[in-house]
Amino acid sequence: MDYISLFVKSIFVDNMIFAYFLGMCSFLAVSKNVKTATGLGVAVMFVLLVTLPINYLLNKYVLTPGPHAIFGESVDLSFLSFIIFIAVIAAITQIVEMVVEKFSPSLYGALGIYLPLIAVNCAILGGSLFMQQRDFVNVGESAVYALGSGLGWFLAIVTLAAIREKMAYNNVPPALKGIGITFITVGLMGMAFMTFMGISL
Amino acid sequence: MDKQLKETILNPIFKGNPITVLVLGICSSLAVTVELKGAFVMALSVMIVTGLSSLVMSLLRNSIPNRVRIIVQLVVVALMVILVDQILKAYAYGIDKQLSVYIGLIITNCIVMGRIEAFALGNKPVPSLLDGLANGAGYGLILIVVAFFRELFGSGTLFGLRIIPESFYAAGYMNNGLVILPPMALILLGCIVWIQRGIQKDLQEK
Repeated sequence: MDYISLFVKSIFVDNMIFAYFLGMCSFLAVSKNVKTATGLGVAVMFVLLVTLPINYLLNKYVLTPGPHAIFGESVDLSFLSFIIFIAVIAAITQIVEMVVEKFSPSLYGALGIYLPLIAVNCAILGGSLFMQQRDFVNVGESAVYALGSGLGWFLAIVTLAAIREKMAYNNVPPALKGIGITFITVGLMGMAFMTFMGISL
Repeated sequence: MDKQLKETILNPIFKGNPITVLVLGICSSLAVTVELKGAFVMALSVMIVTGLSSLVMSLLRNSIPNRVRIIVQLVVVALMVILVDQILKAYAYGIDKQLSVYIGLIITNCIVMGRIEAFALGNKPVPSLLDGLANGAGYGLILIVVAFFRELFGSGTLFGLRIIPESFYAAGYMNNGLVILPPMALILLGCIVWIQRGIQKDLQEK
């Protein structure tokens, strides 16, 4: 598949939030202002970009049987994929946290509190599971997919945060205030994103 | 104790519903609500996973050092999800394919980890099991309500059976294609929150 097409598709058409509802919990909880939303968005993008290619390699060379597999052609370990993927994600977030803390304290200050949260962000595990389903041809494709989905997630959370900042001045019915109106806003944003459906480059 | 146990079971289903009140576990929930059948299986799977992982973590609670508890929780939850996934693959392969990645995503469903952290680590095994099951049921209830409306208006069926008669279609009635698309699930959920907070005024945000 063409890299650019895959990239654009994973940002807009297969948007993690609007098409698959992945990473909704932190998406709704951390979108009250643009600054923190940007921090979380960048952190998610970063962790996706690191974990997805690693999980791709593990999936191709260890978990699934085939000519490449190190355990031979007959050993099918794919039932272990959930536990392996989540372990890799938890470990990588821990390592990323330590590396960032050591080499870039300012970035750590900005991302610090969000990094541990990311281990249980559905978007990260979801990315890996979709990768497993889609059978990408090589690591490059999985990395492009990771970057695109991360960017899509980032765009979505920053836009929602901006809308919610503006919405603070509006007169929302009391029973809808807070989470209710946020659900409806995300729904309307999703409809706007539906217009990208069917785009191909 | 008896009253407390009843509270443990009933609270998560309506008053402290994990989805509409605590806003947990929305990630994997909405995508499976296009049809009632998928929503039902998903609700059941989440109930089993939350119940059993709460039970196991509650049994282990005194022997796990605090610092590594998150990793242990992830491993226990992942194990339960693998079991559920393998059982579904064996006995309901079609539904497993339809739910695709969302069964795997139960691992990162915030309800599971949230209940372990908030309840199972500080309570005895039996109440923890019940708490887990009840929270799974509260989650399932919302899932089934959303799926009911989406399947009825989106495809005119319930559990795959035709509900809206052919004569309606002959008279010009059409299924609402928008209800099938992802955004409508969110708007429906917004409406459920609206209704619930309209009834329970103490939940409204200032």
